[in-house]
Amino acid sequence: MKELVIISGKGGTGKTSITASFVVLNAPVVTADCDVDAANLHLVMKPEILRKEEFISGNEAVIRTHDCVRCGRCRAVCRYDAIRYDQESRVYSVNPYGCEGCGVCVDHCPVSAIDFPARHCGASFLSETPYGPMVHAKLDAAGENSGKLVSLIRSRSKEEASKRGYDIVITDGPPGIGCPVIASVTGASLVLIVTEPTVSGMHDMIRVMDLTRHFKIKALVSVNKWDLNPDMAKKIEESAETYGVEKAGRIRYDKGVTTAMVEGRPVVLSETPAADDIRAVWSVVEKHLKAD
Amino acid sequence: MKIVLTAREKSIDTEMDPRFGRAPFFVVFDTEWGSYSFLDNEQNLNATQGAGVQAAQNVVKAGADVLITGSCGPKAFQVLQASNVDVVTGDQGLIKEVVERFNRGELKAAQGPDVESHWV
Amino acid sequence: MRIAIASGKGGTGKTTLAVNLALSVDFPVTLVDADVEEPNGIFFLPLEIKKTKDVTIQEPVVNTTRCTSCGACAKACRFNAIAVTPQGALVFTELCHGCGGCLMACPEGAITEHPRVIGSYAEGKKGNLSFIQGELNVGEAMAPPIIREIKEKAAGESMVLIDSPPGTSCPMVTAVNGADYVVLVTEPTPFGLNDLSLAVETVRALNVPFGVVINRDGIGDKGVDEYCSSESIEIIGKIPDDRKIAESYSRGEAAVGIGPGYKALFREIFHKIADRAGEKELS
Repeated sequence: MKELVIISGKGGTGKTSITASFVVLNAPVVTADCDVDAANLHLVMKPEILRKEEFISGNEAVIRTHDCVRCGRCRAVCRYDAIRYDQESRVYSVNPYGCEGCGVCVDHCPVSAIDFPARHCGASFLSETPYGPMVHAKLDAAGENSGKLVSLIRSRSKEEASKRGYDIVITDGPPGIGCPVIASVTGASLVLIVTEPTVSGMHDMIRVMDLTRHFKIKALVSVNKWDLNPDMAKKIEESAETYGVEKAGRIRYDKGVTTAMVEGRPVVLSETPAADDIRAVWSVVEKHLKAD
Repeated sequence: MKIVLTAREKSIDTEMDPRFGRAPFFVVFDTEWGSYSFLDNEQNLNATQGAGVQAAQNVVKAGADVLITGSCGPKAFQVLQASNVDVVTGDQGLIKEVVERFNRGELKAAQGPDVESHWV
Repeated sequence: MRIAIASGKGGTGKTTLAVNLALSVDFPVTLVDADVEEPNGIFFLPLEIKKTKDVTIQEPVVNTTRCTSCGACAKACRFNAIAVTPQGALVFTELCHGCGGCLMACPEGAITEHPRVIGSYAEGKKGNLSFIQGELNVGEAMAPPIIREIKEKAAGESMVLIDSPPGTSCPMVTAVNGADYVVLVTEPTPFGLNDLSLAVETVRALNVPFGVVINRDGIGDKGVDEYCSSESIEIIGKIPDDRKIAESYSRGEAAVGIGPGYKALFREIFHKIADRAGEKELS
């Protein structure tokens, strides 16, 4: 089974539109949306949810006010400044958005007045789309720990692929280089980096290439909207080459991409110039994906 | 000698769970007494991270001399090695058959982890 | 006054807005680039920065001659970062969150903490503009400690603009927490609207007043306008879809340099934001 993960470093480079198009070109395949912070793939894939799974991860501290003796020990031991003290009401409480779930306050409360319930962080879904099954998720507002959720989505999508006998999983990865990105690329067969011809796009791509090199994952690069700054597009491809990251082809700036998005349709289903470019990029990606 | 295997269900007539860290049960064979018992690995299913480390800790606590499972990552391997537990990876099939193969000397201890770190 | 600029998804124009706001006014502003995974603000600023400090987290180290393998540290660790072997406790630093629980739990005093570098921050100043940028080292996963540190660094300044990381999880929450006002930047498209609604849920949960700036106004559809009016969310300003902005951005130039019209537009947006944030401070 091959797993292609599409990432970008910088957000807004067109990663999701390209992912959706790749899926359409290869249907039926398993699709995974690992951009759990800003999941958008469902807007073009129109999934029908088959199964929902609550996402519970870690714990959070909750102070039982009526048992609290206001000694302030919890506040002293917490390294995340997550314990608040209201002078007026003389109440200690935990700021759930600051709580790391380390349990130190729980262990050190002299009167055991701190509970430590499991934390509900969101839900993941197995859905059916016109192009095959899709695994996606939604984090609760300010829900944390998207790295673990990403791992869950990846393992569910691989399970689904082996169950149905599909040999490709196409994954829309998260932006950035932190915890969710690391969780989405480790062990993948191939990574496609979609970038844009801007100084930020260049900078972020280099950081992403540092990451794929760190984890020894094979990567390709595609410059989207390349004609916005042809010189920069060329520079980006050259710098990718110094990392041993090969070109997968460019995609031109095309308002038809936005139009397709507004209509809730994958770009390759529209007659628009960028659709041809995306098809050409796929043929390069496919060659690398099926090699070795 | 104590041999620990990963299990999906509490039965030795079922397939060995190829996962280590997130396997729901361990089955512990005691070759001296010819008996076996099951251990929950359940606290791991909701662990935020480090399921492999915690599972390895459970195996060590169970007094294992050998762990047989599908694959084992680097962190768990390090814990098991430091605790003198041999790790056997790569085999699959019904639990009782895997144990028989081991007892006949057909399975060899791994020299290192066979999968990448899951990171979370 | 602390103003955070955020968005549910990256690439909507957060940095464009933050940088141009900072460059549009004549009073002292401290711009904090808290998008530590991909700090980009500096590319658009007419100043130099120097790395001023490494950011570290505390990491436990076990003295194996003192360790009795009692297991108290492993029990205290909720992150499964410690395992106990006959040779002593083994710490897996990549799983450690630096909470200090193991250290406090060890009855033998066998655990000490040593700093480990996870990133750094850099600073620069020119005229009225001060700039602080945090940067997470590649391969490191925990952005919040760096964000916390650079926010603290700017805490004493009178007008602070925080360019937040995209998304709605830990890093964004860390950057936005405690702000007087949040500006959510979005594009007028279905993707933009979906991400905006997630960001709105998050800032509402954090209980911080907020408004919306629409970037690339004119592309897409009316969905964001309709959503904002039905949710009673104020649209603070709109930045037009102008290929000139996209091109100057691609070269690393701020939009206020295109002409006086843009400088006036951003200044107007800044004053409106400061007004709203001030209302909060007074109330």
